[in-house]
Amino acid sequence: MYACLYAEGNLALLVECARYFSPRYEEYSADAVLVDLRGAGLLFGSWAEIADAMQRRIGVAANIALAGDPDSAFFLARSRKGITLIHPGEEAEALASVPLRLLPCSSETAAVLHAWGFSTFGELAALPAAGIAARLGAEGTALLRLVRGENNRQLRTVETPRSFRDDIELESPVALLEPLLFLLGRLLNELCAALMRSALSTDEVRLALTLENAPTHSCVLRLPIPLCDPMVLLKLLQLELGERPPAAAILKISLELEPAPPRKTQHNLFVAAGPEPQVLEVTLAKLRHLLGADCVGAPHLLNTHRPDAFSMQHFPGNAAAPQNPFPAQPALALRRYRPPKLAQVTKHQERPAQVRSGALRAKVIAAAGPWRTSGDWWNTLAWNRDEWDVALANGVLYRLYEEVGSQRWFVEGVYD
Amino acid sequence: MFTSALLRRVETSLSPKFRKSFSLQERPVAACMPSGVQQVEFPRGTLAEIYGPASSGKTGLVYAALARATRVADYCALVDAGDSFDPVSGRDAGIDLNQLLWVRCANNAEHALKAADLVLQAGGFAMVVLDLAGVPASEARRISLTSWFRLRHAAEKCNAAFVVVEEERNAGSCSTLQVETKQAERCFEGALLHGLRADAVQGPRIRSATPYSALQRFGI
Repeated sequence: MYACLYAEGNLALLVECARYFSPRYEEYSADAVLVDLRGAGLLFGSWAEIADAMQRRIGVAANIALAGDPDSAFFLARSRKGITLIHPGEEAEALASVPLRLLPCSSETAAVLHAWGFSTFGELAALPAAGIAARLGAEGTALLRLVRGENNRQLRTVETPRSFRDDIELESPVALLEPLLFLLGRLLNELCAALMRSALSTDEVRLALTLENAPTHSCVLRLPIPLCDPMVLLKLLQLELGERPPAAAILKISLELEPAPPRKTQHNLFVAAGPEPQVLEVTLAKLRHLLGADCVGAPHLLNTHRPDAFSMQHFPGNAAAPQNPFPAQPALALRRYRPPKLAQVTKHQERPAQVRSGALRAKVIAAAGPWRTSGDWWNTLAWNRDEWDVALANGVLYRLYEEVGSQRWFVEGVYD
Repeated sequence: MFTSALLRRVETSLSPKFRKSFSLQERPVAACMPSGVQQVEFPRGTLAEIYGPASSGKTGLVYAALARATRVADYCALVDAGDSFDPVSGRDAGIDLNQLLWVRCANNAEHALKAADLVLQAGGFAMVVLDLAGVPASEARRISLTSWFRLRHAAEKCNAAFVVVEEERNAGSCSTLQVETKQAERCFEGALLHGLRADAVQGPRIRSATPYSALQRFGI
């Protein structure tokens, strides 16, 4: 059994009323809501009682019609005032007097029906189906089902967003990490079980801790892949709280998991399997906790000629990287000093002759350069320097550079 | 004679029940990761050391091995104790940077060891490189044999080629393969440094079926 609630300009009231009686409802138009009442009889009584209860709940003058299919309920609510109750199987008879102007059809079909002299549903419903199909095509067949009350369709229901959130109010403040983790573990077990029952995972964990005499401590964990393992999530929260502990004792814990479709993977026989995603995520979190967030990841080269310009992205990276041709033999690699080491360079005939930097003191026996490089002159990252590749008397190959403006020398790295 | 007869009787009665104890266990030959230099390969599931002074070509050799691994879509990790990895050099060597986990340890050898342990325990990496060449040699020497054994055991468990790059050998008997690099020749042509030629001397592989080779000269 379906109900149509019709009241011009009161959609919010109609939706609120529909939600009270059933989780399955459709916002048919700006003035009408269709409700699936299957099973509602067990909770709210007979259909007449349900219709009365709906009218009282809406509060304003509304047309309410109950019928065996949703479209028939809508046409009846549009054409009749007050409450209309039609038992299943009686739709055709009830719809006979509904004016044809309420039928949703194309302008051409409406013109044809007008030309035939029809003005009610009943007149159209009396025609043979084969004739309508021959003259009006598929649209005519669909219209015939509507006017006869035979259009049994499913509602286009509105999905109410589900929330996976739980709170715990503590009887006494918690100041230590261990008991906090115990409570978080309990919450995560329940929330992850709820996610799994809905065939969902989570890609964001939001934790809010109400503190004693201090502002609320919040943290948000954004996961690169959806997970539903409470142990992994607990470990990530532990690392996060260890790095940024709350400033005071905790009075209340609020934990929310953002639902996300679970990750689907298609393994490939010819592609090497990488680390397990959950294990990798925990490992990366442990590394970040040990070394710092900027020290772990996949390197990504920036689109600039500026020396040593890169960023760290989450591993594994997904930046579009042009594949250079594979070198035929190992390439000469530069081992950088970060930061570059200040040096004193003595020149002879405009070429470096001697280098002193920290413990390094040696003569230059071969030098290639200078290679002028500059850029970013329009911002604070500007650079302008002359680079040299030098071989020192100790046999080591270095890259040096001289800043053109300040004439300071630096050792950028060693070739190896 | 009585002893040998008794021994045969014991073997006959026990060998059906305890076959493994009475049969010769052959260790399977480990798969190897190529380096781009002929006959220099890094076996998986073992600890290999590549060592040499600065500008001896060891870094270029390791980057070439990483390039070959990442190009076949294997994940690799570089635990950079001295924070000296140059992403441009890595790209030019052919490394797919998206497949490389770079762990920067800011000149802290202790953190580098912990990081290498975490990465090996996670598993799933075809090659894990621990670059100790950027830290002072005295710090690298202080790494205990127990730590090396632990790392080697972790590499065996996850079947990763664990390669340690350093200026001198430190892992002792824990390493299955040792490759020493020495600079042979620098190639300067006019105002350009073309590269260098280096020698890779490969030490004997312990418990491996393949014979070792001596000198391999390669250019970078």
